[in-house]
Amino acid sequence: MTNIVSPIAGTISKAPERRDIGIKRRYAAERRFRAYGIAAISFGLIFLAFLLSTVIRNGYTAFQQTVISLPVEFTEKTIDPDNKRATDPSVLIAANYGALLRDALVKELNINASSRPDVRGATAMLSKSAPIQLRDMVVADPSIIGKTVNVTVLADANVDSANKGQIDLAVDEKNRKVNDKQLGWMNELKANGALFKEFNTGLFTHGNSSRPEAAGLGVALVGSLYLMLIVLVLSLPIGVGTSIYLEEFATKNKVTDLIEVNINNLAAVPSIVYGLLGLSVFINFAGLPRSAPLVGGLVLTLMTLPTIIIATRAALRAVPPSIRAAALGLGASKMQMVFHHVLPLAMPGILTGTIIGLAHALGETAPLLLIGMVAFVASAPSTPLDPSTALPVQVYMWANEAERAFVERTSGAIIVLLLFLIVMNLGAILLRRRFERRW
Amino acid sequence: MSTSIILLCLVVLGALAYVAARSRAMALAGGKPSALHSRPGYYGAYAAIWSTLPALIILCIWLAASPGIVESAVRDAFPDDVKAKTAAEQDLSYSMVATIARGMNLLTSDEISALGSDTAAIQAKLNGKGVPLAGEPQPFMIDAAKTLNAKAAGSRMIMTAVVFVLALGGAFYALRGIAPRFRARNRVERVMLWALLVASSIAILTTVGIVFSMLSEAIRFFAAVPATDFFFGTVWDPRFAGAGGSSFGQFGLIPLLLGTLYIGFVAMLVAVPVGLFAAIYMAEYASPKVRSLAKPLLEVLAGIPTIVYGFFALVTVGPFLRDLSAQVNGLLTGNYGNFIQAQSVLTAGIVMGIMLIPYVSSLSDDIITAVPHALRDGSLGLGATRSETIKRVVLPAALPGIVGALLMTASRAIGETMIVVLAAGVAARMQINPFEPMTTVTVKIVNQLTGDLEFTSPQTLVAFALGITLFFITLCLNIYALYIVRKYREQYE
Repeated sequence: MTNIVSPIAGTISKAPERRDIGIKRRYAAERRFRAYGIAAISFGLIFLAFLLSTVIRNGYTAFQQTVISLPVEFTEKTIDPDNKRATDPSVLIAANYGALLRDALVKELNINASSRPDVRGATAMLSKSAPIQLRDMVVADPSIIGKTVNVTVLADANVDSANKGQIDLAVDEKNRKVNDKQLGWMNELKANGALFKEFNTGLFTHGNSSRPEAAGLGVALVGSLYLMLIVLVLSLPIGVGTSIYLEEFATKNKVTDLIEVNINNLAAVPSIVYGLLGLSVFINFAGLPRSAPLVGGLVLTLMTLPTIIIATRAALRAVPPSIRAAALGLGASKMQMVFHHVLPLAMPGILTGTIIGLAHALGETAPLLLIGMVAFVASAPSTPLDPSTALPVQVYMWANEAERAFVERTSGAIIVLLLFLIVMNLGAILLRRRFERRW
Repeated sequence: MSTSIILLCLVVLGALAYVAARSRAMALAGGKPSALHSRPGYYGAYAAIWSTLPALIILCIWLAASPGIVESAVRDAFPDDVKAKTAAEQDLSYSMVATIARGMNLLTSDEISALGSDTAAIQAKLNGKGVPLAGEPQPFMIDAAKTLNAKAAGSRMIMTAVVFVLALGGAFYALRGIAPRFRARNRVERVMLWALLVASSIAILTTVGIVFSMLSEAIRFFAAVPATDFFFGTVWDPRFAGAGGSSFGQFGLIPLLLGTLYIGFVAMLVAVPVGLFAAIYMAEYASPKVRSLAKPLLEVLAGIPTIVYGFFALVTVGPFLRDLSAQVNGLLTGNYGNFIQAQSVLTAGIVMGIMLIPYVSSLSDDIITAVPHALRDGSLGLGATRSETIKRVVLPAALPGIVGALLMTASRAIGETMIVVLAAGVAARMQINPFEPMTTVTVKIVNQLTGDLEFTSPQTLVAFALGITLFFITLCLNIYALYIVRKYREQYE
């Protein structure tokens, strides 16, 4: 600032030189500063791209599952040797279905049935859930006994990983989850068309399982659906009601001031605190069942309310006073003015805020952990009072599993979760675009 | 009659009352709506409110109060030797009675009378129905269970009757009151106003609920563990009681608090420069096109669930930092051992920092754009470059707002749970090496409360003490931030 050329000092030749140096330095500083800004934005965006690409790269394979199709002979000798099923149906449940699969596999691969390591290695290629699948088939239709049916069963998670090329074959055979013999059988089955990948419907229908190949998001999807329904049904009317009261009816006094400050603070309370609230009020005090979507929904409702209230108040404030004046001028009561004129005009803004609040609630995990939604639930809940889990909680549970196949499942579940979020946010954006009004 | 059927009946009754009142009002007005004080729908709504609202309120009160009343009646009927036992044992007996009662509801009356008071047979029978009993029931429990079932059924019957009488009575009262000059709209609107008021009081109730629920549990905790040991203790070692009988372990808050602040500090080290420079660039340099693209894209970072960041830290960032440190160590010393742990302060801090970038950038962006243009024009007109203008004029003017934004971001960093649960580790220790795992308050809340537990031991109750500490820290930060933002916001207007 002080190196301005003084009128008396210096010759004409020297002055511009000094100033040029200053300007160069200052321009360099300017360019650096700008570069920092670009670097900062790029850092954020690159990380975003990196995160999404990693999740997708790890997770897209979860949507395909390796299955093995085998002609299984439902021999009466194995299932029901004493022919008692007419009198005692429980023999069908207790029968050794693993043996049927083993025989089918041995036949298909031409293994020497007396070589026990070979037989064991071959049956390890099938999921442990496969015998249960056969049992369910037989229980559903006992007339199948004695016939030979082509059954498609899940392959073991390690075979699945190997088939997807996720197992490093350069590793020594002993340290690998799939040995060379099994790889040979896999290739044989593949060449016969008996081992193939198909779309993984189980990911969307099965409940949780300790076996990665049989684990699915079914329970979590139903649980999340219940949660979202409860949050929507409760938080929309309560949130809109609160906003209308504060914005249109309340006189400015200590009480409404208190409510306002409160709402602003509630929006910033850590989500885990809401979990503690739910635990002590809804579960310990009111005695509602643990792990239930109802409790989760109530907790998430309280958490979402501030978001909805803040958005709704902004939407109500954006409706011009002339509309209110016109309605009142035509003889509408204040309540009619609000419900017949202001509210419909504010609706797009309210719905946008609600969707954003719901999206936030959909991705929330911490409070649900505290009310016990981490329970291992294998079958879908039929009412909001049954134990359940939710999408992000399922991600958390799978993230703690060490197996490679669960990493794939976790990423797959994250993709599903992100897809839901994208759909919701797109909905919010479209709604805003579609109904945006300028007065 | 089950509650859901009662509710359904009430809805149907309300709809019927609506239709009846509406048509009665129209009939009284001779078919001309203009002869009525209010529009016909309001008469319908008035009757619908009278027929459902009082009944609903009574239903809710009854449902909330009756289990407690029935329970105390059943407990009063316990034999004296049971009453003489400790409260915990009595609770155990009662929960057994409740289980038996629940199981008995699944049996037919013939089966129950056939069982008599043979406790072993009852246990077997209930197990067969899928109601397992924790232990061998005592004879008095079966009688108590029968009383419990009888009283519960009786209460339910009276409740159903009362609710229906109220609903029908309300509907009749409303229908009788309808007249052309009856001010139905005003009545309905008053109810609506009350409903709005009730809705807005839920926000206050939530806060009260948070404070009271946590305080009451925390007080139970402080009854077992002195508050000074909690707030000033430097060792976190909540050994589960049982081994040493009365030994509770140590519940020192300091290591958790230090871990929380340390990880939050690392996160802020990442988020503040990146977020601020991004905000400055978007507010001052970027063309509208770049801005409209970059801003929503950065905000996507805030919309990603934190569990996703946690998983990413656990599976990608942590192992990456570990391997990187091994490489660096190998190049420097020839020993390929890693000095960064996969779960560490650094991993959690970096990933959380990235999550926080959009909070810093969006809030600061708003504040920077709010600085009036005249200030910039003046500075530029004097020959300053843009960066000089920003550094010397815009940022100082926006500073209070930015500080407020940073405080809000910091409170988010302190309350963040899922990233630290997955990426920071569970070791509660005091250390300054950012490459080692440390733990936070939120991690410990989750740790103490997941699993099957009873809410009687300090090991679980401590979570509420931690929770209320967290609540107050973030509350203070937020209030202070709001105060700063409000105080300095309007300085140019």
